[in-house]
Order: sequence, then structure tokens, then C-alpha cells
Amino acid sequence: MKNKYSIFSLIKNAFSGHENWKRAWRDPEPQKEYDAIIIGGGGHGLATAYYLAKKHKMTNIAVVEKGWIGGGNTGRNTTIIRSNYLWDASAGLYDHALKIWEGLSQELNYNVMFSQRGVMNLAHNLQDVRDLKRRTHANRLNGIDAVWLNTEEVKKFCPIINTSPHIRYPVLGGTLQRRAGTARHDAVAWGYARGADEMGVDIIQNCEVKGIKRNGDTVEGIETTKGFIKTKKIGVVAAGHSSVIANMAGIRLPLESKPLQALVSEPVKPIIDTVVMSNAVHAYVSQSDKGELVIGAGTDSYVSYTQKGSHNIVEETLRAILELYPIFSRMKMLRQWGGIVDICPDASPIISKTQVKGLYFNCGWGTGGFKATPGSGDLFAHTIANDEPHKLNAAFNLNRFVSGDLVDEHGAAAVAH
Amino acid sequence: MFIINCPYCGERDQTEFSCGGEAHIERPKQPTELSDDQWAEYLFMRKNIKGIQFERWNHIHGCRKWFNVVRDTSNDKIHAVYKMGERPPLK
Repeated sequence: MKNKYSIFSLIKNAFSGHENWKRAWRDPEPQKEYDAIIIGGGGHGLATAYYLAKKHKMTNIAVVEKGWIGGGNTGRNTTIIRSNYLWDASAGLYDHALKIWEGLSQELNYNVMFSQRGVMNLAHNLQDVRDLKRRTHANRLNGIDAVWLNTEEVKKFCPIINTSPHIRYPVLGGTLQRRAGTARHDAVAWGYARGADEMGVDIIQNCEVKGIKRNGDTVEGIETTKGFIKTKKIGVVAAGHSSVIANMAGIRLPLESKPLQALVSEPVKPIIDTVVMSNAVHAYVSQSDKGELVIGAGTDSYVSYTQKGSHNIVEETLRAILELYPIFSRMKMLRQWGGIVDICPDASPIISKTQVKGLYFNCGWGTGGFKATPGSGDLFAHTIANDEPHKLNAAFNLNRFVSGDLVDEHGAAAVAH
Repeated sequence: MFIINCPYCGERDQTEFSCGGEAHIERPKQPTELSDDQWAEYLFMRKNIKGIQFERWNHIHGCRKWFNVVRDTSNDKIHAVYKMGERPPLK
């Protein structure tokens, strides 16, 4: 690695006032032709490019991004990472990602600040208890760490939770995945961008795709704001805008794009050292390294591309948070934002070939794509390079909506939609 | 977050309504003769347009009637509201 980051480089640059750090990736103009083009410079897209170059030796490739890298949902999520999904296919997919997360900072020589602080999912009614216990058993059969905690154990693990039996939705217990946690979202995009760029991948920002050129059933290239770029393989990783790209290519997707909101509070001293999610009352909260509470709210019920979200959704989430954590009653919220999430009917992603030769889609991650970033990139790169899915993403093909072989993860998706 | 002009009750906040998704998807007339591809198209595939979308809404906390809305999904501006069975405007 040309500019390896280490304690020595840190000391060296400290002496020159940190003014001589080299830029981490180039800012190239697009070439006329590439072996493959990735549309979308978020975490998933950059990870795809990284693994295409690293594992499949495809270095004559480009990532095109209409804004700046990591400026979409990669920079808008609540950074939670876990793999406690119900079905075998999902368990394989998300745990593959979690295993890569565990060594990612070392591999990228970039601190993604992966912190395995545990994720706790709360149960508030009898059906929650049954569902979560079932999920715990399913997880353990798939080799994923999961334990059931009763109310006292929940209180012990996270003392600020109100476990009184007299609240409207009392805490009846919860599950805990200790290997789960959080990571620094921007660092993931930047780390993958730096790694991919070093292997020769062109990362082209401020370059919006305006059209997909097809010759019959084969792709020929993309029309962009920086001109036409020829290619035989296009990997689309456009999250909320997947349907927009699909329309350009003339194919149909089973997606609906909706605003999902998050908010952070003013920074405070350490108060919550884990991630607590509650599906039933829709409140989830963790604390960033800066000290802000990071709170995830719900999706709006209608299709919208506005990246804002409705006020009533925030109100509902904060109401639930206040009942579960009365200690936060005087916290001030600092910022609120929305990201456009592409939701599949079965709350599972699509990592798949399409009926058009050379056109691949990685989409439908809905409300929970961040946790899968490394695994998603790895498996999508495999799918693009070999024109065949890896066995871990074979179930997540587009054809499942025709065959009916859906992967229903509404229960584990944690955001009701 | 926006105001919807219910054709039966007048202007109300969006939170009083429930969105029923894309409008004018016709239930197949001969369901037994449909192929799997056609079922997938009917059940799952959606336009999910960024721009002018025709959609169904129900005034769930009001008159509980269904009607159609023409909305720009890129800025949430509503361009028209029309009753079920009426011809969609500006198509």
C-alpha cells in the first residue's frame, strides 16, 4: 500500500501540522470504456468495486456517483450491524457480512471503528416473546450467537431501560447478539474507496447516469452527465433510486421507495453502551462515539423521494423512547434527516442478474442495508464477475417474485413496513 | 408531510389518511389463465416513479372512503384528486 496508515505515519504528519496527508483517492475523468461499471458510490457500490478488483482481478472498472461518495444512505443510517435474521438464507448472507466486518479495519488499513457492543431486541407482548425466542433458536442452529434475556437480565445489561410492569408496553424480555454492534458509516465508504482506487478503480463523482444503452438483450454502456461510457457489465447499486435506473434499462422491479428517518441528540456523557431495538413500539437507540444518542425512526407509508420524512413519525418514535428511557426526557434533539430506502415485498434484498445480459442489480435492502455492506459487495462482485450468483446470494434473485420462493424477513427487519 | 384534499371531506392532514399504493393496477380478469410471470407482474412489480405518480388513498380516520391522488413523489406536491371510477386527469 502506497500510503499505509500507521502510528508512524501519524507521528510523521503530526510534525508537519497534518498538512501533508496525500489525498486518499484520485478524482479522474471517465475513460471511454470499462470492463464493468458500478452505478452508485455508496458503501455497497464501493465495496463491490473493491472486491471486483481484489478478488476477481477486474481493475479496469469505474464507480459512477451522481453526488459525492457515501452521501446517500451510507451517510444517513444508524450504523447498526447484526446478523440475527430468521431464515437460513438471510442468516448466511448477514453473518457472512458480520464476519468480514470483524477483520475489515485491518484489511482496509482504515479504521472503520467497528465496535461489537451488542444489539438487544426487546419483546413487549406475548407474541414478541414467542417470535424472538424462535428467532434465537433459529440463529443458534445457524451458528449465530443469540441469547434470550428475561426482564431482570435486560435491566442488568442496560440499566437505564424502564422495566416497570406498569408502562403501556412493558419489557417482557429480549434477545442479545453480543457480536453485533456499530461502525463508523463514512469510514466504510472512504476505506473501500481508498482500497479500490489504489487497485486502479476510477471513482467518478458528480456524474449522474441519464440512460442505459441496450442493444437488444445486451447492455452497451451508460449515458451520463460526463458523456457516454461504453461497457459490457453494469452493476446497479442505487438504493432508493434503483427503480429510476431500472426504468432507464426498461426492466421492472418489485420495489417501493420510501423516506426513512433518523435523528441524533445533543452529545452527552456515556449513558448507553449497547444498541437497543424495539420493534413493537418502534424505538431504537445507541450512542455514537461523539456522545450523541442515535435514534432510528420509521418509514413513511407512501412512496416519496424527498429525503425528509414526516414529523409525526419522529413524534411517535420519541414518545416510545421516552416511555422506555424516562432519563432522556430533557434531551434536546440536534439533527433529523431522511434517506430513501427501497423496500422489497418480502423485506429481503435482491442481489441478482436480470433478463438483460450484463445488467445486475443489488437493491431492495430497505431499512437495513448498512450492516450488510461488506458481504453485499463481496457477493455482488462474485455475481458480476462470474455471471452467476454465489451460493450465499442465490436465494436473493429477482426470479423469486415469479417462483414464489420469497425470503420473508419482516420480523427480523426491525423497522415495521 | 402534506395536506390531502379528500373529495368527500375537504382538506385534512396526511396523517388522517392511509396510502394504498400505485393506482390503476387491474385485478386479472381470468386469474386461472395467468402465468407465473403475469402473477409476479400483478402482485409485486411497481412503477415506483420519481415524479408524477397515480396512487390510491383511504381517508382511514375520516370518511373511510377510497379515492385517487396524483402526486409528484420528488417533492410531495399533489396535482389532482379524483374519485374511484373517474377518469384520471392529465395522463
